[in-house]
Amino acid sequence: MLRLICTAWLALWLSTNVAAAELNIEITRGVDNPIPVAVVPFSWDGAGTPGEDVAQVIANNLRQVGEFQPLSRANMLSMPNEESEVYYRDWRILAQQYLVVGKVSQIAGGQSVQVQWEFFDINRERKILGEVLTGDMSQLRDIAHEISDVIYQEITGRRGAFSTKILYVSAEGAIGSTVYSLHVADYDGRRAQVLLESSEPIMSPTWSPDGSQIAYVSFETDLPRIYIQNLTTGQRRQVTNFPGINSSPVWSPDGSKLAMVLSKDGSPDIYVLDLQTDEMIQLTDHPRAETEPSWTLDGQNVIFTSDRTGQPQVYQANVNGGGFPERLTFDCFYCAKGQYLPDGVNLVHVRRETRQDNSYSIAVMNLETGRVITLTDTALDESPSVAPNGSMIMFGTTYNGQGVLDAVSIDGRVKFRLPSSQGDVREPAWSPYLN
Amino acid sequence: MGTQLTNVIKTTTFALALIGLAACSSTSETEPTAPVAQESSGESAAARAARMEQERLERERMEEERREEAALNTTVFYFDFDVAEFKAADRETLVYHARNLASNPSSSIRLEGHADERGTREYNLALGERRANSIRDFLIVNGASRNQIETVSYGEERPAVRGQTENAYRQNRRVEIQPAG
Repeated sequence: MLRLICTAWLALWLSTNVAAAELNIEITRGVDNPIPVAVVPFSWDGAGTPGEDVAQVIANNLRQVGEFQPLSRANMLSMPNEESEVYYRDWRILAQQYLVVGKVSQIAGGQSVQVQWEFFDINRERKILGEVLTGDMSQLRDIAHEISDVIYQEITGRRGAFSTKILYVSAEGAIGSTVYSLHVADYDGRRAQVLLESSEPIMSPTWSPDGSQIAYVSFETDLPRIYIQNLTTGQRRQVTNFPGINSSPVWSPDGSKLAMVLSKDGSPDIYVLDLQTDEMIQLTDHPRAETEPSWTLDGQNVIFTSDRTGQPQVYQANVNGGGFPERLTFDCFYCAKGQYLPDGVNLVHVRRETRQDNSYSIAVMNLETGRVITLTDTALDESPSVAPNGSMIMFGTTYNGQGVLDAVSIDGRVKFRLPSSQGDVREPAWSPYLN
Repeated sequence: MGTQLTNVIKTTTFALALIGLAACSSTSETEPTAPVAQESSGESAAARAARMEQERLERERMEEERREEAALNTTVFYFDFDVAEFKAADRETLVYHARNLASNPSSSIRLEGHADERGTREYNLALGERRANSIRDFLIVNGASRNQIETVSYGEERPAVRGQTENAYRQNRRVEIQPAG
């Protein structure tokens, strides 16, 4: 008996590695106690084959966040599709804690599908929930993400972020004829679409808090200027046209203001534009560089990078003015691009420890304890963007001379690389919840 | 047989070398003799000094022109890591650019500042601007007018060279002087 289980675990480990290679998932440090979940292939009742393997999408989602260990299909002892076919013993023997089963059926004569799925707790031998979702054939992937969100929330108590999107910038082609593009894609890089293409650089994409609009910097007029684009209508407008740098747009949590960087008075400073009144207030006034604004969760403060002491460090200033900006980082040669995790206590930032180490990593600093955890060990990590549930951080780095997007779990133990497209990809921006 | 042939080749080579030497010495001798010939045609000492001075000035003017041309053809200036001030070695070249702008008030330029890819993108945008500004301010101090100079920073977005080597980084930390667009 014991031998059987050991063999099963070995096979599981091997098959997981194979799947990981196909998915570009790289488990860097491994998770101490990943939660074992079995996602049985969903049955298909309809013409031809469904466009998506719903169960596989769910399993990939769960694996990528690092807290779960989906069971390999090859090791399943049975393949139930509904409650009446579930034998708890089959899953207990494989040391599974949770089980997901389902069926996908084509609604007669149409492009619509119905997904009936159920979710079980193996140890308690009970069904946690079951539901029926319907949608267009082309929405099977969305449905799979929605199911993943529910599973994640049921198990962890935290909202899932699998139905979110990302923005990112790519640069393709030789120097002198580079094409810059702004893309929107699923959180895992799939289903990417081009939103903007230009022969001049595009930078700093960001989401409005309700996910309906995006802002970015485009050099299309030969100068860096800020634009806002509506994702539904495609309508776009140039927001700023001041001399010098116009960059780093970021919406306030309530969506009413846009923090940005302008160097119109000689050096880059942080400004806040009220989008309703068009009133602009200057938040910092210093001859050195102030850049990379980001809001605190309550919208009362803006954190930013400043090299007023010589090297870049992270500071925080009150939006209502008054008071001296508070310095947040001290013990690093280069600490920049700070932003709060949804807990409001931990600060994600780009960190270079010493002048000598010459390596930029993504790190999280607890502002109450001062404890710093470095999450990445690649050398050129930048542009961290946090999932709305705080579970993962996506960032840009360089691999084999190419810009790639990586995501790392918030404990630093699991990392995955997004499927690489052609050219350099950089500056991921994780959307807020969109549903 | 073998040694004979070798000797023939050696001799021929030696003869050719001698001819070559003779040719060289004959041409190099003719040039300095030309002014001597003129001197003997009855030029006064004062006239000679004036003419020599004239020639010296002319040589200097041409040398200066060459230097100016070389300076004005130098349009890319490189920076040390994390440093926004241009290198002292570039001062003279930049003075030529400043004078050129001062004497051509209708001309204008665009200074494009760049950074290498290390560090965050927005901070590098600030760094590129600071580099362009450091050159702009020097040009103004040396005679250019502020409205002749436009600056723009591309940060790390438009590298001159791809790659993660020190050499690539060195070539990417730069300010380029471009004709105004």
